[in-house]
Amino acid sequence: MAPRLVQRLGVPAEVLVRGARLYDPAAGLDLIADLHVRGGVIAAIGGDLDAPDAEVVDADSLTVLPAFVDPHVHLRTPGQEESEDLATGTAAAAAGGYGAILAMPNTDPVLDSVPLLEALFERGAEECVVPTGFVPAISIGLTGRQLTEMYALAERGAAGFTDDGRPVESAGLLRRAFQYVGPLGLPLALHEEDMTLSRGGAMHEGVVSAELGIGGYPAIAESAMVARDLRIARYEDGRIHLQHLSTRGSLEELAWARSVGIRVSAEATPHHLLLTDEAVRSLDANLKMNPPLASEDDRLALVEALRCGLVDCVATDHAPHASDLKEQPFEQAPNGVTGLETAFAALYTGLVEPGVVSLAVIVTAMTVAPAVAFGLEPPRLAVGASANLALWDLAADWTVRSAGFRSRSANSAFLGRRLRGRCLLTIAGGRVAHRLAAVGVSA
Amino acid sequence: MATATGKVVLDGDALRRTLVRVAHEIVEKNADLDGVCLVGIYTRGVALAHRLRHEIATAAGVEIDVGALDISFYRDDVSSRQPVVHSTRLDFAIDGRTVVLVDDVLYTGRTIRAAIDALFDYGRPARIQLAVLADRGHRELPIRADYVGKNLPTAADERVFVRLIETDEIDEVTIR
Amino acid sequence: MTDRDGRRHLLGMADVDAADVERILDTAKSFEAVLDREVKKVPTLRGRTVMTLFFESSTRTSSSFELAAKRLSADTMSLKASGSSVDKGESLKDTVQTISAYGPDVVVIRHAGIGAPGLVTRWTDAHVINAGDGKHQHPTQCLLDLYTMREALGRLDGVQVAIVGDVLHSRVARSNIQGFRMMGAEVLLVGPKTLIPRGIEATGVRVSHDIRDIADADVVYVLRMQRERMAEGAAYVPTLQEYTARWGVTRARLRPTQLVMHPGPMNRGVEIATDVADAAQSLILRQVEAGLVTRMAVLYDLVTRPYREPAAAPVVAAVA
Repeated sequence: MAPRLVQRLGVPAEVLVRGARLYDPAAGLDLIADLHVRGGVIAAIGGDLDAPDAEVVDADSLTVLPAFVDPHVHLRTPGQEESEDLATGTAAAAAGGYGAILAMPNTDPVLDSVPLLEALFERGAEECVVPTGFVPAISIGLTGRQLTEMYALAERGAAGFTDDGRPVESAGLLRRAFQYVGPLGLPLALHEEDMTLSRGGAMHEGVVSAELGIGGYPAIAESAMVARDLRIARYEDGRIHLQHLSTRGSLEELAWARSVGIRVSAEATPHHLLLTDEAVRSLDANLKMNPPLASEDDRLALVEALRCGLVDCVATDHAPHASDLKEQPFEQAPNGVTGLETAFAALYTGLVEPGVVSLAVIVTAMTVAPAVAFGLEPPRLAVGASANLALWDLAADWTVRSAGFRSRSANSAFLGRRLRGRCLLTIAGGRVAHRLAAVGVSA
Repeated sequence: MATATGKVVLDGDALRRTLVRVAHEIVEKNADLDGVCLVGIYTRGVALAHRLRHEIATAAGVEIDVGALDISFYRDDVSSRQPVVHSTRLDFAIDGRTVVLVDDVLYTGRTIRAAIDALFDYGRPARIQLAVLADRGHRELPIRADYVGKNLPTAADERVFVRLIETDEIDEVTIR
Repeated sequence: MTDRDGRRHLLGMADVDAADVERILDTAKSFEAVLDREVKKVPTLRGRTVMTLFFESSTRTSSSFELAAKRLSADTMSLKASGSSVDKGESLKDTVQTISAYGPDVVVIRHAGIGAPGLVTRWTDAHVINAGDGKHQHPTQCLLDLYTMREALGRLDGVQVAIVGDVLHSRVARSNIQGFRMMGAEVLLVGPKTLIPRGIEATGVRVSHDIRDIADADVVYVLRMQRERMAEGAAYVPTLQEYTARWGVTRARLRPTQLVMHPGPMNRGVEIATDVADAAQSLILRQVEAGLVTRMAVLYDLVTRPYREPAAAPVVAAVA
C-alpha cells in the first residue's frame, strides 16, 4: 500500500522555465536548459523550447531543483490551529521549496484512529497546497500502552507510524509494534529519548548548561535509546526511521546498525546541523527543542554523517508555536522550532557555500532519501514525471524576520540571520504552490 | 599667563595668600571658634577645608574640627552621570555649632543646596556659613557665599578649573 | 549593566565588569555611613518608583530590596505571586505590561523561570534587576557576598573560596562563581558528584568531592541543601543524614581562622552545624546587613548611570 498524499484541487501548472540550471543529482541531471510543465507534468526539457500557452519564467542564473520531501512536520491540526493549520503549514512548505510533507500525529486529539485520519485527508484535500501525508501514532494517545489499529490506518494510506514528541518508553510495546507492522512494510519513525535520563533537562548537558543552570539533557538520553531501539528493530527485522539525531553517540550506534544490515533510515535537522548549545546563552526560547542543540563535537559528527551518507535524510521537525507560548522563560517554554521556510537556505548558506557538504548530498537528503524511507514517489526532473520542482535564486541574500513567514508561527532558530538562497517558485503535485511576488513572469 | 588648560587666575602663591585671608575672615567673623567646624565638600572642598583648618590654627591657635561631606545622594540631577561616590566623614556632632561649608567653585548653587540638605540629615547646626575659593557667578538658586577667595566673572561657556596639590599635583585656578 | 536598547539592567553577573563591581561596593560602603546616622534616609530617588515583583516566595530578598528603595526615598510597590492575578493564570507578559502602566523606574523581579528578567526588559521601560531567576543568576546576592568578603578580608584578589553543597540547583553558586572569579578570587566547588554540574570546570573553578579539601580556603561558602533533592526519582543524595555526614560543614572540618558564609535560609544541622553558624568566624549576619547597602548601591548605580557607553552594537551573525 502506497501512502496517500492529499492536495487541494487546482489548475495544473502551465509554465515554461527558460534558461535555468536544472539540477537533479538522482537523475544525473545538471545542465542549463528550458523546462516545460504542461498540465502539471514535465513535458519537455531542452534548448529553446516553445510553449505558446504557458507562463514564461525568465530563469537566467536561477536554479531548478526537485521539490523537497519533509518526513517530519507538525501541522498542529487538529487542536492547535493558533500555531499552524493545514493551509498555513503547507504554504510554508511550498515557500521553502517543498513538494511533499508528512505530518506528525501529536495533535489534539492525537492522530490514532481511522476516523481522524480520514477527516484529515478530507480537510487536507481542501486546504493543503502541497501534497501532504500523515503518520499516525504507534500507541493510542501517545501513551505507550496500546497499539493503534495499524492495519486499518495503513489501508487508508498512513505513511508510517510514530509517537513523535515522545519515545516509545516500553521496549516490550515497541517490539510488538515492529512485529505487528512488519507485514505492512511501513516504517516506525522513532523519537529517541530515555526520559529517565532527560528528565528535568531543557538543553544539552555540558559546559553551557552548567553555566546557565538550565537542566541538562545528557547526550546519552538519545544514544542509549537509539542503541536499544536498533537492537529491537534488528531482532524483528523491522524498518526503523530514526528521527532528528543530534549526538555523536547516536551516530556511532547508527554506523553499527548499517554495518549489520538493519533496515534503518535516519534524519538530521538543519538546526542540529548548524547550531550548538552555545546559542542557548541568549536564553531565547526559539532555540529550545527536543532533542536540544548539542555540542560542537556532536554537530561536527552530524555534518560528517550527512556528508558520508550515514544520515540519509534532512527533516525540519517544523514545530510551530504561537508567540505567547515562546515568550516564556526558557525552561517553561515549549519545545520546537519552525523550519520549512529556512531549511534549504540555511543548509546552503551554512554547509554548501563554505564547501563542507556538496549540493548533491543536500538535495538527495531532502528529496530521494526521505521519499524512499517512507515509500513515496521521489520527485524527479524528468520528462513525463509529475511536476515537483522549485526555482531557486542561489545568489539572493535575505534576512530571516518574524514578519516574513507563511507559517502562522515565527519561532525560528534562525531569526535575524542572513541566509543565501531564495525560493521563487514551487510547483508541487503539478500545481503552482508558491510564487514569490518578485518573480518575473510573462505570458 | 596662559597654560594648556587656560588662563591662570590664581597661581600657587596667590592661592595660598587667598586661603590665609579667608582663614582670617572666618576667625574675625566667629568670636567663638570652638563652636566652629569646617566641612569640605568632595572632592576639592575637602582639601581646602583641611588647609583652612591649618591656616586658622596658625592665625588663632585653635584646632577646629574638620569633616568631609559627599553630596551624591542629595543631588537634584540623579539621572545625569555621577562622579564616584565618597563616604561622608563627620566624626563630630554638628548640633548647635557653626558649620562652615567649604567648596572650590560656587556656580549654580545646586551643590550647596544639596550640601545643606545633607548636613541637616546629620544634625541641627546653629548656623551654616559658606566658604568658596572662587565664585564664578551664574547662580540658579538664592545662595551667597560668606567667604569668597576670588570673584571670577565668567561667560556661561567658560569653565573654571581648580587644581590642588593634594589631588592634582599643582596649586592653580584657571579659566578656559 | 547593559541591554541592547541602552537601558542598564542587572540581569546577571555578566552585566557588570570588575570596575562596575568596585564602584558598586564603594557606593555600598558610603551607604553604610548613611545607615549609621540617626536619619537613615537620603533623598536620592525621591519621586522615583521601585516595583518589586516576586513570583517566588522570599522574605529576605524582597524586604531587603524594599527597605533599600525606601532608604533612598523611592516610592515602592510590591506584587507577590500569591493573591495576585498571577494566581489566576495571568501570563508574565500581561502582568508586567499591566504594572508597567504605572511607570516604574526600576522593576525588581524574582521568578522561577530562567531568563524571566530578560523577558521583562522587553515589556517595560524600567531598569530591571534580577532578584533570582530559577537556577540561573542572583547577582545582588553575589554583590553582597563580595561586599561582605571585602569588608572581612580587605581584598578579593587571590582569596580562596570553597563553595560547598548543591551547586547544581544554586543560582547563588552560579553568580558567585562568575563574580568571585571576576574579582580575582579562586573558587573550589565541593560536594557529591550528583550536585556538581557536569562540565563546570571549564569556567575556571576546581572541583572536589572530598570535604577535607576545604582546608585551604579562606572562606567556606555553604549552600542550602534542599529537601526536594531527595525526592523519589531525583536521587541526588540518598538521605540528608548521609549528606550531612559526608559534606556538612562542622567545626571539626574548619580551622578557626576560616570564614563561613551562607546565603540563607539555613538548614541548621544539615549543611551547616549550628555552632558554626553562630561562631565568631561566621559572616552570615553580616551578609544580611550587606544586603541592604549593596541593594541601595545597585539601585543608585542603575538610576544615576542610566546609559551605557555607546560601543558594542549587536552583531547579527551569519549561519554557522
